[in-house]
Amino acid sequence: MSSNSDYLLSIEDLTVSFDGFKAVDSLNLYVDRNELRVIIGPNGAGKTTVLDLICGKTKATGGSIKFKGREMLGLQEHKIVHAGIGRKFQTPSIYENLTVFENLEISYPSGQSVFGCLGFRRTPAVIERIESVAKTVFLQDLLQVEGAFLSHGQKQWLEIGMLLMQDPELLMLDEPVAGMSQPEREQTVELLKRICEKRGILVIEHDMDFVEKIAHRVTVLHLGKFLAEGSMEAIRNNPKVQEVYLGH
Amino acid sequence: MKKVYKHLLGGTEGTIGLAALLILLAIILPASMDIFRLNLVGKYISYSFVAVGLVMLWGNAGVLSLGQGIFFGLGGYCMAMFLKLEASDPISTKIQSTPGIPDFMDWNQITHLPAFWVPFRSFPFAMAAILVLPALLAYVLGNAMFKRRVGGVYFAVITQAVALIVSLGIDGNQGYTGGRNGITDLRTLLGWDIRTTSAQYILYYVAVALLIGCILIGRMVLSTRMGRVLLAMRDREDRLRFSGYNVANFKIFVFSLAAMMSSIGGAMFVLQVGFISPSLVGIVPSIEMVIFAAVGGKMSLLGAVYGTLVVNTAKSLFSESFPQLWLFLMGGLFIAVVMLFPDGLAGIYTTVRRWVIRASKTRRPKVSQPVVAAELVNVEGD
Amino acid sequence: MQGFAGLSLFSVLLLMALGLAIIFGQMGVVNLAHGEFMALGAYVVYLCSQIVQDHLPSLQPYYFVVAIVIAFFVAGIFGMFVEWSMIRFLYRRPLDTLLATWGLSLIMQQAFRSIFGAREVTPTLPEWLMGSFKPSESIDIPINGVFVMGLSLLLTAGLALFIFKSRTGLRIRATVQNRQMSGAVGINTGLVDRFTFALGCGIAGVAGAAFTTIGSTGPDSGQRYIVDTFLVVVFGGSASMLGTIASAFTIAQGQSISEFFLEGTMGKVMTLTAIVVILMLRPKGLFPSKVRV
Repeated sequence: MSSNSDYLLSIEDLTVSFDGFKAVDSLNLYVDRNELRVIIGPNGAGKTTVLDLICGKTKATGGSIKFKGREMLGLQEHKIVHAGIGRKFQTPSIYENLTVFENLEISYPSGQSVFGCLGFRRTPAVIERIESVAKTVFLQDLLQVEGAFLSHGQKQWLEIGMLLMQDPELLMLDEPVAGMSQPEREQTVELLKRICEKRGILVIEHDMDFVEKIAHRVTVLHLGKFLAEGSMEAIRNNPKVQEVYLGH
Repeated sequence: MKKVYKHLLGGTEGTIGLAALLILLAIILPASMDIFRLNLVGKYISYSFVAVGLVMLWGNAGVLSLGQGIFFGLGGYCMAMFLKLEASDPISTKIQSTPGIPDFMDWNQITHLPAFWVPFRSFPFAMAAILVLPALLAYVLGNAMFKRRVGGVYFAVITQAVALIVSLGIDGNQGYTGGRNGITDLRTLLGWDIRTTSAQYILYYVAVALLIGCILIGRMVLSTRMGRVLLAMRDREDRLRFSGYNVANFKIFVFSLAAMMSSIGGAMFVLQVGFISPSLVGIVPSIEMVIFAAVGGKMSLLGAVYGTLVVNTAKSLFSESFPQLWLFLMGGLFIAVVMLFPDGLAGIYTTVRRWVIRASKTRRPKVSQPVVAAELVNVEGD
Repeated sequence: MQGFAGLSLFSVLLLMALGLAIIFGQMGVVNLAHGEFMALGAYVVYLCSQIVQDHLPSLQPYYFVVAIVIAFFVAGIFGMFVEWSMIRFLYRRPLDTLLATWGLSLIMQQAFRSIFGAREVTPTLPEWLMGSFKPSESIDIPINGVFVMGLSLLLTAGLALFIFKSRTGLRIRATVQNRQMSGAVGINTGLVDRFTFALGCGIAGVAGAAFTTIGSTGPDSGQRYIVDTFLVVVFGGSASMLGTIASAFTIAQGQSISEFFLEGTMGKVMTLTAIVVILMLRPKGLFPSKVRV
């Protein structure tokens, strides 16, 4: 049906080894545009490492990662960001000393060079975009609050907001609802469904109920290798997966 | 106009602070001291340039350099070389075996001016060198280190090593650089005698003006998006990369800016004090300049000046009367600033101001506390 | 002959670097006062020498080895005090540790100056350390050089054994690699830190004691080698003991060779420049740690 070049993200034979230990082993993964893919697996399965490899935080020792047909391996982090990939980290990574507004503003994708920053103007267009993204992530009333004073869940939302400012075509979220209360989780489900309309999303999560509500497809990793892939229901009933991860 | 007021002058508070400093430096101090003491203050003002640069580099960008003496010295030596050549014209030096070259070269049996000295005959070149050379050096060093993600402690230790290398290099080449004694006996700048009292007053005011200029430049840079980027970089450098920034370039930029400021300070030092030597370039002076910024409050441009003045005044007071005590105090100062007063004088000022405001009966809504978000948002259930 | 002077320097650098590698490489703490701990060890030996000379002259030939042991403990205990009063508050703030330990070094230098005077001192070395081996006419091996080198190698081997084979060493390595987990299994990480820091300082004390056999000691002797020592540690890739040894050797030899060809300071300038340039090309050093942090 679709050839490799039609995929938003195509990972082939991806391997990374640390001193002989293969954290990720010959992984193949394909994500469509507008797809919400969830990666699950027991701890140590290499899930976060895969995201690290895609966004350039860790260097792969083999394989290829193509985004919109373009090879991402070996590029510097900020170049991968400019190509259209955004990453949210496992523990909320926001700028604690800056306000919500400033956190979002910093993520605004133009004028990010040295001289660009010196000449950057906070135009009405910029302000409007910030306010609109803030609204999307439920933080429109907290624009002047310093990042340090947000609750854990709000920090997660802010980080997602910072990614949205970059307008990425692929959004990667590492445990986006960890530490959130139930109402916050429900709001996040809504948020992700809304965002997904325009881009591809890759999510790592452990909360199976949450995964069920958002996932189009689920990929299971185990010990750095691909184990299974399919709809949530198929995965739930997959004996290999049950043995390794889901129990019963 | 409103933009200038807000960004350059820093709003009401910032303008008052700047005005206070200006009044202190330009009116109160000259009026209350003789020229000898004022000249000393002028010397401290030269050091302040380095401290102001460090506020940008260390306080805001989070990069600690233990080698700012290198750039101070670079500016100082450039200016000294120009002045020395002017003072070494063939007529004044006719008793030397080779007239027309600096005296220390003559003593070292050097018979013609080394190539790297020749361009410093020209005033425009020397002026340009004071700005360009340190920026160039900082650019090269910065590129070599920041592009390879050498930061933090490693970077600090390497700047220390480079400061040592440069000071040893100057020290060991007496013929070419004046060696340990440095370059001395400087007299005139383009014919104008810099040793007279009137000249010293003028040079003092020039130094103050340039210092205020550097502070304004610093404020301007910090008020742009760059200011927020630097803060973000200081706190979460790796996250900033994933926000799309090439972090190394920003570090290089601030490093070069701080280098240029330090260099201007060095040049003003030479004009006011009349000499330069490797003792102002090496490890010890470089780390002392860091403490000036730390005492003032490493995030405060104005604080940097006060910090420099306070520490240096204390130093001259104590080393005269209690020389043994001074080093103990200085060592203690390093420890105290790190452990007890991380925000330095600026921090003390802010705290006192908050008490005063709280103590006064009328509430001033200008000082707003950050609101705890949890109070604002009502999360249902739990 | 030049080769041997390099070996003496190598021994001193090695001992200093070992102490620093433990503190910096293992704990990530930067101790700019490390040189002063070395000077402390040297002064302790000097003090012992004075006491023995004035009150127990019969012990003259034997006191030296005992003095070295005393130097180790004095430096170590003082290190423990410093860790307790200052360093342990600064673990997450390496740049601040830099500044605070510089302040400490100023205080220590002034203390030396006030107590022992500004001039350099030398302990009276025992007879058996003086003179040299002359296996042949042209080869002249100074005994003190051999002693220092032997001491360094012995200490290095002892340290390696301790860190990698003993229970305490295991605790140290565990705390360094995973603090939280170590605390969770009952290791008192605070005490381990204090001990590790004290160990590093104690070794510096021994370096100082060894140093007295090849040079005199003054209040700023510590400053002379601190930059070199840091470069040795960083150059070797601070996580590796093997790297530290290789690095100390390279740098010491490099320095004495270049000092032979160029005059005094320029020799040192050449070596330092070479190291800095290499470090810029290979920031992780010769034997970088390959473990994913």
